[in-house]
Amino acid sequence: MNSIILLSALGLGNLFLGFRRSNRLLLPVMMLILGLVLTVNFLDWNQGPQSFFSGMLIVDNFSVAFTGIVLLTALVLVPFSQRYVLDEEANLAEYYSLLLFSLVGAIMLASYNHLLMLFLGIEILSVAMYVLAGSDKRNLRSNEAALKYFLMGAFFTGVLLFGMALVYGATGTFELSSISFAVQNPVNESLRPMLYIGMLLMLLGIGFKVGAAPFHFWTPDVYEGTPTFFTAFMSTVVKTAGFAAFLKLLVQVFPAATAQGVWLPTLTAMCVLTLLVGNVGAVAQTSVKRMLAYSSISHAGYLLVALVAFNGALEGASANGILFYSLAYSLATVSAFGVLKLVADARHREDYAGFNGLAKTNPLLAFSLTVSMLSLAGIPLTGGFFGKFFVFMAAVENGYIGLVIFALLMSMVSIYYYLRPIISMYMRDADDADSAIPVPVTTFQSGALLVLALLTVLLGVLPGLIAGVL
Amino acid sequence: MDQNIPQVIQTVPLQYYVFFATALFSIGVLGVLTRRNAIIIFMSVELMLNAVNVLLVAFSAFRSDPNGQVFVFFIMAVAAAEVAVGLAIIVMIYRNIQSTDVNLLNRLKF
Repeated sequence: MNSIILLSALGLGNLFLGFRRSNRLLLPVMMLILGLVLTVNFLDWNQGPQSFFSGMLIVDNFSVAFTGIVLLTALVLVPFSQRYVLDEEANLAEYYSLLLFSLVGAIMLASYNHLLMLFLGIEILSVAMYVLAGSDKRNLRSNEAALKYFLMGAFFTGVLLFGMALVYGATGTFELSSISFAVQNPVNESLRPMLYIGMLLMLLGIGFKVGAAPFHFWTPDVYEGTPTFFTAFMSTVVKTAGFAAFLKLLVQVFPAATAQGVWLPTLTAMCVLTLLVGNVGAVAQTSVKRMLAYSSISHAGYLLVALVAFNGALEGASANGILFYSLAYSLATVSAFGVLKLVADARHREDYAGFNGLAKTNPLLAFSLTVSMLSLAGIPLTGGFFGKFFVFMAAVENGYIGLVIFALLMSMVSIYYYLRPIISMYMRDADDADSAIPVPVTTFQSGALLVLALLTVLLGVLPGLIAGVL
Repeated sequence: MDQNIPQVIQTVPLQYYVFFATALFSIGVLGVLTRRNAIIIFMSVELMLNAVNVLLVAFSAFRSDPNGQVFVFFIMAVAAAEVAVGLAIIVMIYRNIQSTDVNLLNRLKF
């Protein structure tokens, strides 16, 4: 709760920095704000559940942990906004403030206790992202990404709301625990179909936000067209917050066995489809950015495995698996998109060949991209390995052995496309004079890349730091 | 107006509201799926949101529970914010390609 207030106030304050002629202060101030909010957020750790706004928001360890991931991701991501010239007249302070405001939405998604807050969280997060997706105003690809994201997002918000309205009609309340009680002890049996239709429509709405198949079709296009810095934000913060909200919804609203009988098969089907589409789609891509977009779909699939292995509480194997996986995934994805952004800005290309010879010109970039690719592929000694390990363990404990075998097969497929940039960087030579020049990297950026690589390896060596905290 | 509004709403059976809202919602969905003009698609989305509002108000009145009606205010406020952003995006695109036809936007392909 303190983090929400601080982010809103400091975000407004940050706008006033836009009056200054120079933009040099913006990045340090932004990092200070995020660092401060991150610290304040962890003051609430182990303080027991605190409720705000008549119980509409609940701050507990679950929400503090996911808020922490989201804020940490934003903190290590902002250095990559440096030298981000969208437009000569662009007002950078506004973009930074929009990022802060969208983080407020992400935090609400991790701590809601009322469907109204779920709706507001999704909207605060998305409306800011619609603007940021189109922030490269003169670029038609960015325009198209913004329009697609906006129309699809608004459409699925409508679907989510219709679901909420039906659930409200069947249960008479928006409060999570009261809905859960009404689902378990229905007053009127004839309202059951309405409840289940509402529930499925809500799953559909959130499934869209996290980019799960069959509602993934917007992801590659939007991710490719959006300026890379904001793509990284979209594929990490939005996804993490979305999965926190998804887990909370299933655990706190629909844990009843009868309701599970409806959503569990749906979710399992979505999970299998997402894994298939994400991994097979990524193999066929020639652009690294598009490959990363499909890779983010496939990671939504692995996270769905943890949701399917749900155990009816915001703690235990499933919740911890999602927490660890989101953290490892966010760290690796930020550094992958960060390197991609630096290379693409310098060499003006986003295909695999653009990375040729990077190991010779920029060993640091090559190293951190290698670590992040290995983590995303789930190779041991990186965070991604234990992320997958915990998620699959949770699924095996609940008897989903077939699903885990399928997910393992799919992650073998993923090794192919994650190794391609590494091969380009280390085994191929630059094919034109343009690529033989080192890519310019600022101190903040190399610092962030080192921290990311370090954290990824740390998670892979000492997973006990994060595993089982919930 | 001696009668209070919830009583007026309750003179029509609840199922009718549900059918009406579902019909409105389906028209909105069909509009989004079939029309190619960004502004018309956007109007269809608004239709979907208003179907939700009708449904929430009806449930709220029949259950004598104010929560649903408060929810409607939030939906209206958020929809207004979305309109502002959405129209800005459409104007931005119109400036670049002099059209609002979504079929012309095909630079991003598989």
